[in-house]
Amino acid sequence: MIEICNLLKEYGRQPLFKGLNLNISKGSVVAIIGPSGSGKSTLLRCMNGLEAFQRGCVSVEGHKLYGVLERDYNKGQESIIIKNIRRKVGMVFQQFHLFPHMSVLHNITTAPIHVLGIQRAEAETDAISLLRKVHLEEKAQKYPGQLSGGEQQRVAIARALAMKPEAILFDEPTSSLDPEMIEEVLQVIKGLVLEGMTTVIATHEMAFARDVSTHVVFLDKGEIVEQGSPKAIFSNPQNDRMKAFLSRFMK
Amino acid sequence: MVMKYRIFIILGMILQIFISSEYLPKSDAFAYQDTLDKIKSRGVITWGFDAEGGAPYVFHDPAHPAKLIGFEVEIVEAIARELGVKVQFFQNAWDSILLSLRRGDFDIALNGIEITPERVQTALFTRPYYAYTEQIVARASDNRINRLEDLHGKKVGTLYNTEAKRLLEEMGDVAVSIYSGQVEPFKDLSLNRIDAVLVDLPIAAYYAMPNPQLRMVGSPVGEGYYGIALRKEDTALAEELNKITEKLLRTGELKRIYSRWGLWNVAQEKLFFHEGLLQQYTESPPSVSETMPVGVTRFLPTLFKGALVTIGISLLSMMLAVTLGLLLAIMRLYGNKWFQMISTAYIEIYRGTPLLIQLYILYYGMPNIGVSLSAFAAAILGLGMNYAAYEAEIYRAGIQAIHKGQTEAALSLGMSRRLTLKRVILPQALRIAIPPMTNDFIALFKDSSLVSVIAITELTKSYGILAAASMDFFKLGIITALLYFGMSYPLSRYARKWEKKLTSHDRNL
Repeated sequence: MIEICNLLKEYGRQPLFKGLNLNISKGSVVAIIGPSGSGKSTLLRCMNGLEAFQRGCVSVEGHKLYGVLERDYNKGQESIIIKNIRRKVGMVFQQFHLFPHMSVLHNITTAPIHVLGIQRAEAETDAISLLRKVHLEEKAQKYPGQLSGGEQQRVAIARALAMKPEAILFDEPTSSLDPEMIEEVLQVIKGLVLEGMTTVIATHEMAFARDVSTHVVFLDKGEIVEQGSPKAIFSNPQNDRMKAFLSRFMK
Repeated sequence: MVMKYRIFIILGMILQIFISSEYLPKSDAFAYQDTLDKIKSRGVITWGFDAEGGAPYVFHDPAHPAKLIGFEVEIVEAIARELGVKVQFFQNAWDSILLSLRRGDFDIALNGIEITPERVQTALFTRPYYAYTEQIVARASDNRINRLEDLHGKKVGTLYNTEAKRLLEEMGDVAVSIYSGQVEPFKDLSLNRIDAVLVDLPIAAYYAMPNPQLRMVGSPVGEGYYGIALRKEDTALAEELNKITEKLLRTGELKRIYSRWGLWNVAQEKLFFHEGLLQQYTESPPSVSETMPVGVTRFLPTLFKGALVTIGISLLSMMLAVTLGLLLAIMRLYGNKWFQMISTAYIEIYRGTPLLIQLYILYYGMPNIGVSLSAFAAAILGLGMNYAAYEAEIYRAGIQAIHKGQTEAALSLGMSRRLTLKRVILPQALRIAIPPMTNDFIALFKDSSLVSVIAITELTKSYGILAAASMDFFKLGIITALLYFGMSYPLSRYARKWEKKLTSHDRNL
């Protein structure tokens, strides 16, 4: 469903990805692990056009986004490609980024109403059922500032789901949460996975990656050092860097 | 609830004190015992005038701008010669010239000051040195106006605090436009902004006669005299000046001066028969303290009318500033290179030049390139376009203060840049912008007094007119300031409340 080929990304003259390839098939659950600064977030952001890259290609269901040095389409065409990609792929951020001036309900319904053109009443009914799914239907009229971090992140997931995406990118969704709230968010993500949602999650929750994912990618310094089934990766790591990383996390 | 109105109660009490008090300015606190002795012993006579009042009275020689010329310069120099002293020039705003005289800033005030019953109460006048008449000026192409009666229902320009203004107001149904400068009414007349001008003959002779677009209409109307104003107690000086004036009349020197400036006419013959006049004006004048109006409440309706104009101009120009400023901020932040350049240039130019100059160019300058705005439109455009530059920067700061994650979250939901700006960024940026916007609105509110330069009678101008007429700059000034405060204070209270309401949800963020 999402194909990344020969991705080249540089910050100034500092290279991050030097020709990265990754294939995410429909219905798979891909966990991207690796130390901080390894490029996990950047990789996710390249997948939905939030981050530009120099060379290579990101393809989502046939919508192809090329590196800025290689593209042969203009700005207008580019924004249509990105728009199409974002329709297919939702995103949840580490810092939630809920809209503080809108109620929870309004946070969820704004994009469906104004982007998809759905009637307000219908959008609100959908939003309520999504809130039920993340166990927050009683918070519909609250504002983000009145919610805990875990609640905010669950609203952010509902907000992404309201656009009916085919895949969701989770960018370290539990990293800025207090420990007691991590589980409630992971449970919601687990629920989505069980429904068959294509999921890409950058995470430091190794137990979650091991138990829930279908495929694990270990990223270090912009390079995919090792990938494979969670069983193979966690019980029989091949690479030394991978071993060192795991030994720090899986004490 | 009671607490928040307390400030108004206190202010009201202050106002009460001023309205009802027996307070009156002392007229001779700083004056010398005998001004004539002082002039003679120092060998200098200090002359108060306003060169901004312009030609042909006292003005800067266009060929040698450092030099003052005008028929009054020649008169004062002749007087000084007769006294055997030198002239010291003292530039003073015309509106406050009698106040400064009373305070002792100069010895004589001689600057087209019409001898009126009101002025006689505050100053001692010598025998007249010029008999003026009021002259109607109309456009050469306009044959509707042929005498004073034709001015009924017309828009007529005149000067601040003059007999002509009083004459027009007595006619009742004339729309009077009041100007501070002598050039502007003629300019507006040739631009069709007004139908006629009524001013003292010397002004009309100097400004209208050389202009082929304008014509002097009919014979002069009304008449009166210019006199030299002195402090009340300077009777010895008055006697001396009367003798000198008489001499200048008899020797024909005055006639020569007036002829040179095109001001001599038969009316001047009356200057020789001055006795009755002097009797009428200088015999036992009523003392200041007996006749000065103690209550100033009778001026309130005029001040309230001015305040309404101030409110109207401020509101409309703020609306323009808010809209145009938003457009400029968006152009500068999200536009292409050209839009960014235009917006940046606009902001820098409008912030870097005085509002007063912008108003002059807009109102008096634009007609040169074929765009003639009404005074009201020019005032709103001038203020609004100036403040738009400041609002633009406030919005820009507000927009830039919003975390970039907000934009990314909106974009990742499939929103366009435009929708993101409208639904996510601007509503949040606006809250950040409210306190500085309130400051700006209050500043604009006070800056609106500058539009009085383009013939709009708003609150400050109303104050100037009333104060010059009544000589009560103090009490009227306090009342006017209180009116401004009474309007701006609730505004800042309201803005604070609004801001609180908007931000009540995201306290915890």
